[in-house]
Parts: sequence; C-alpha cells; structure tokens
Amino acid sequence: MSRREREVAVRRLMEGTPPPVPADLYGEVVRRGSRMLRRRRAARRLMWLLLFAAVVVFSLWAAMVQPWVEPPSVTTPPLTGW
Amino acid sequence: MRERRVSRGARPSRDFEAFVAGAAGRLLHTATLLTAEAPHDNPRARVLLTHAFAHTYACWDRMRGEDPYDRARRHLAVRFARGAWHRYGGLGRARPHPGSALARLTPQQRLILVLRLHEGVGEEQTAALLGLPTDRVHAICDRATATLLHPPREPAPTVAGPKVVPS
Repeated sequence: MSRREREVAVRRLMEGTPPPVPADLYGEVVRRGSRMLRRRRAARRLMWLLLFAAVVVFSLWAAMVQPWVEPPSVTTPPLTGW
Repeated sequence: MRERRVSRGARPSRDFEAFVAGAAGRLLHTATLLTAEAPHDNPRARVLLTHAFAHTYACWDRMRGEDPYDRARRHLAVRFARGAWHRYGGLGRARPHPGSALARLTPQQRLILVLRLHEGVGEEQTAALLGLPTDRVHAICDRATATLLHPPREPAPTVAGPKVVPS
C-alpha cells in the first residue's frame, strides 16, 4: 500500500457523517465574542488610566521635591560674617 | 464608501455571519474528530468551536487580508493541544467514544492526523503551529495512519511501516 493510498484510506475513514451544527451557535459566538471585546476594551482603558495616574503622581512629586535642584552643601559650613 | 463604514461600525457584520454559516459545519466536524466524540453527542467539540469562533469574532476587524478560516482553525488546534494534555490525555484518558473513527489514537496523534489529512495543512505549518520538529510530525502522522489502518493486536508497532505489506 503506497503512502498515497494510505492517506486516501484514512481520509475516507475520517469523512464519516458530519455532525449537525447547533442552531444557537451564532448567537452564542457573538455573545462570547462581544464579551471578549468588552473585556479587552476595559483592560485597555484601565491600562491607560493607570498610566495617566502614574504620570500625574510623578509630576506632582517632582514639582514638590524638585530633585534636580542641587541640595545645600553639608560639608562646607555656610560663610557668614566675613 | 459610506456603506463600508456603516457595516464596519455595526459589530456583528454580515460578513462574519456568512463566515460562520459557511465554516461551522466543516470546523465542527474537525473538532469532533479531534475530541473523538460521537457525531451526535459532542459537547466538547462544540465548546472548542464556539471559543474558536468567538476569538475570530473578536479580532474580525483587525484581520488584514488574513484568512478567517485559517485563523479559527489555528485557534481550535492550539486550544485543543493545550487542553488535551491535562484534560483528555495522560493517564486516565477520558473515554474516547467508540463511535468515533479516531478513538484508537492519542490526542496528539489525532490532532496531527486531522490537521494533516483532513484539513490538508502542510507538514511545515503543522509543525510550526504545534512547536514540533517537522520530521516528528511526519513520524507521528505515519504512526497514526498505521494504527488506524492496521489495528494493532500486539502492543503498537514500533515504526510506521511504509514497508508493511498487507497479506
């Protein structure tokens, strides 16, 4: 039996009777699919919101602490009464 | 032009409905072969199919010239491969229905055989999809074919036989 013959035989074996498609399949698919979309959208929105909040918090902190300003020196005493 | 935009805005588009109507029969058959259930009692295959279609629905608008059937089939196969390992396969292999043509095979053999021969997916694509080397896919397919055509009486033949001559 050649490879081709065997493949044909297996294909025929698998043909069989196709199962009947359930009537409510489309509705179920759309329901599930839109839920998936809704969840994805919600997740994306949440991500943006978190990002925005992080940016706001960071800029508030930066404005208050001003980490770019050089801190006053602690090793050299201030020069007064000179 | 305007029509196009309208149809895109309305979520469950006509196109998708037509696609489901056209592909459901064939993909359900494929799924039923995978789960080795009887054609008239196939809850697991239906669940697989519903998930695959729902996934296709969710990325319908982002599909740029991609074949939706191929996409749904890939999703179906990957989902089955992931689920089969711990749910249907392994030690307490869940009763493949004796009415199924492929009841004698393991889930992996079924998956590869169905993808290769029933769906006509190329060897390389199958291998890439499942993350297996190509020659392994080839070997599994051969062995599954042999098991199916010559039901083993003694514990499974070692290597599939192109040389096995039926008497």
